[in-house]
Amino acid sequence: MNFEERLARLERIASELESDEVELSRALALFEEGVEHLRLASAELADAEAKLEQLVERADGTLGVIDIDDE
Amino acid sequence: MSPRRAARRPSAEPDLFASDAERAEVEERARVAERRRPAHREPDVSYDSYPGETARSAVSVSVLTQTARDVVEGAFIPLWVRGEITDFKTHRNGNWYFCLRDRAAQLRCVVWSRDKRAIPAEPDEGMQVAAFGRLTVYPARGEMQFSVLRLEAEGDGLRRKALEITRARLEADGLLAPERKRPLPRFPRVVAVITSPDGAALHDIIAVTQRRAANVRLVVVPSAVQGDSAPAELCYALDQVNRWGGADIVIIGRGGGAREDLSAFNNERVARALAACGVPTISAVGHEIDISICDLVADHRAPTPSAAAAAATRSREELETELRKISIRVSSGARHALRDTADRLRHLGRDVAGAGTYQVTRRRASLQETAGRLHALSPLATLARGYAVARRMDGTTLASASSFEPGMPFELTLRDGVVRARVPHDGTTGSDS
Repeated sequence: MNFEERLARLERIASELESDEVELSRALALFEEGVEHLRLASAELADAEAKLEQLVERADGTLGVIDIDDE
Repeated sequence: MSPRRAARRPSAEPDLFASDAERAEVEERARVAERRRPAHREPDVSYDSYPGETARSAVSVSVLTQTARDVVEGAFIPLWVRGEITDFKTHRNGNWYFCLRDRAAQLRCVVWSRDKRAIPAEPDEGMQVAAFGRLTVYPARGEMQFSVLRLEAEGDGLRRKALEITRARLEADGLLAPERKRPLPRFPRVVAVITSPDGAALHDIIAVTQRRAANVRLVVVPSAVQGDSAPAELCYALDQVNRWGGADIVIIGRGGGAREDLSAFNNERVARALAACGVPTISAVGHEIDISICDLVADHRAPTPSAAAAAATRSREELETELRKISIRVSSGARHALRDTADRLRHLGRDVAGAGTYQVTRRRASLQETAGRLHALSPLATLARGYAVARRMDGTTLASASSFEPGMPFELTLRDGVVRARVPHDGTTGSDS
């Protein structure tokens, strides 16, 4: 699950927890899941960095990327 | 050395001649040549008249006009001429014809269809222009004619007109409609950057992205951004991005430049290719004064490449803030759910007034258990706010109402301290069930 998906999931968890109809056991399960997503998302952020690549077209017309050095 | 050669050089060194006879011959030839030369300058020498001097030697119209053309073309290098456009016509072969005029004179002008490419738009009648071209004579009409290669109107009028035409065409096709604008993805992972691989724009975009420690892949798609090949290369780069399909967002742009350097971003084909791009687009044409056609078509316009990078990516701080906000929502949501359950239990307890309170007891117990578990999860300390954990005097947790006995002392651990309590002697909350 990538950062965006995690955030989207957290978004849904928060919304459900904020609704009036949530059962306590469900709330707890959601909460535990939320805490886990928060932990993993924070970890992902900790080693976030921008990567530099270049789009290249191969002889057969297919496209791919190669890493390029940042000067 | 041959005598012929020597004849053209009468001052040649004498000792080069093989004999006196040869020298004499050469000198005689030189004298003849001297005599003939001034004859051309004297019109009354009838044996050597020029064409057209007499009715007998009249030249044809073609010869005269073609000669005039040679003379005129030889006399003027290409130059700029200023005047007002009149009698503008587009011939069916695609050429443009018009007159450049001022108060006292007029000049027939033509723009060959192959040269129109260099002219932004058709000039309007009465427009004040400067035309760059070559003066010639058009023999078929016997007219002097100016072949125009470039045309500029006062106040950049032609360029503005060209922009208006392109804009109107795109507008007619609905490509500028505000409802067409797609929102940018909030957390793009792959940002394609269509620009010159060694331009300032790319450098700025990389710098901003790295400074923000944005968690993205920047994928450079090299393209010329100015010059004749730029429109085609930009279109091709957009096509490559589409065929690749790996980008979440596209930045297309260049650093600031002279107005004419930005023309590729005003090109209709580029604009249409941009509109057809499969992912949201940001234009970043670094020219604050002018809005380019690409700016109008893109989903988002950034004034500079740096601003485009900032619009496309989330910085680590922004993401952390996002996470903090959601973590607050999650924990307060859980707290809210917990409090709700407690409230419902309280009401339920009141309603049944002690009778058949098994349900209440059971649920209160589970509530307490839940509170205990929540407490164990790290950001949860706050969650238990408003709830107490009951413990026996020896510290073991009283997790269930059935653990309470009449008269039993216990401790309630609250957020801010511990309270001692005792179960009334007349009973507990319903352990009778």
